[in-house]
Amino acid sequence: MVELFVGGLNNVAKYIIPTLLVGIPFYALSVKKIPVYEVFVVGAKDGFTIAVRIIPYLVAILVAVGMFRASGALDMLLNLLAPVLNVVGFPAENLPLALMRPLSGSGSLGLLTDLVNEHGVDSMTAKIGATMYGSSETTFYVLAVYFGSVGVIRSRHAIPAGLFADAVGAISAVFFCKLLIA
Amino acid sequence: MLNYIWFGMMAIGVGAGIYNGKIDAVTNAAIDMAKVSVEISIGLIGIMALWLGIMKIAEESGLIRIIAKGLRPITLRLFPDVPEDHPAIGSIVLNMSANILGLGNAATPLGLKAMEELQELNDQKDTASNSMVMFLAINTSSVQLILPATVVALMGASVSEIFVTTILATSCSTIAAIVAVKFLEKRKRFALVPDAEKQEQDHG
Repeated sequence: MVELFVGGLNNVAKYIIPTLLVGIPFYALSVKKIPVYEVFVVGAKDGFTIAVRIIPYLVAILVAVGMFRASGALDMLLNLLAPVLNVVGFPAENLPLALMRPLSGSGSLGLLTDLVNEHGVDSMTAKIGATMYGSSETTFYVLAVYFGSVGVIRSRHAIPAGLFADAVGAISAVFFCKLLIA
Repeated sequence: MLNYIWFGMMAIGVGAGIYNGKIDAVTNAAIDMAKVSVEISIGLIGIMALWLGIMKIAEESGLIRIIAKGLRPITLRLFPDVPEDHPAIGSIVLNMSANILGLGNAATPLGLKAMEELQELNDQKDTASNSMVMFLAINTSSVQLILPATVVALMGASVSEIFVTTILATSCSTIAAIVAVKFLEKRKRFALVPDAEKQEQDHG
């Protein structure tokens, strides 16, 4: 039943982008008589400036994250946190992914792939990992890109709020997997 | 905040790198990531241009205003300082819809457009407004209904089991993000300081 639903949703999903690409200009052209080609080009021009404007912010964030990741600091943090997490019932195998998720998209996908290869798709570890991966975004990357594109430097409470949400997401991934998957 | 986190990640990276004997890897990571950042940005140009072009058509034809009006009851609570008919609301709604449907390629350009429009309403251009932080937090907590293609590919048939758990977990993290933003934006530490006062603070 769920499988059918998921399959159906993913089937619908592949029609969304083509529908938007044709539907929006169709509405504009037929109902509003808007010169769609000319308007498209005007809008598309901003693509270049925005993409280029992000570069310094992205370099700053990704370099810092990359250095942190390559240094093995994450493993040291894991050793430090493991005893505490055992007490509260957070599985140690899923901790690296939970810590990596806000830092790096490709890094966390790598960790998820490891989990799946090592424990198998039917394991609780892999299911918790996949739930974690799917339920969060790469907080630092999104911050660099979104704030960078408009030149915002002072991020105020964005990072504490984002990391808090990531933590809640990781914990609820464990909770709901243990609750709902036998 | 970002100053300390940014410096902290690099300093810890170098410290732990020396301790673990991985200092070469740290150096390489710094250089590689600098390159990767530019590749990501350049790679965005085409997709950005495509969606910003389509969005311009949607905007001129009034489609965005229609969508924004329909969802006003929700957005009014999340973004109280954005006027009702401001185009930012339309872009925010479209970005969230794209996120819900797992259309990452479409979500980023729409999100950046929303940021640009929120920046128009922002008095202090170098500081994030309440609405900007709220919008960012909702984006980073992810509100996907459709699982990422990578997860579907990795998990195979088991994917149907994590569908419900993912939706529940992502709902929790999004609610947590909204609550945290609303709570923190009133704290003195994060409060918006008018420009004149800030200068005084800097000198004093």
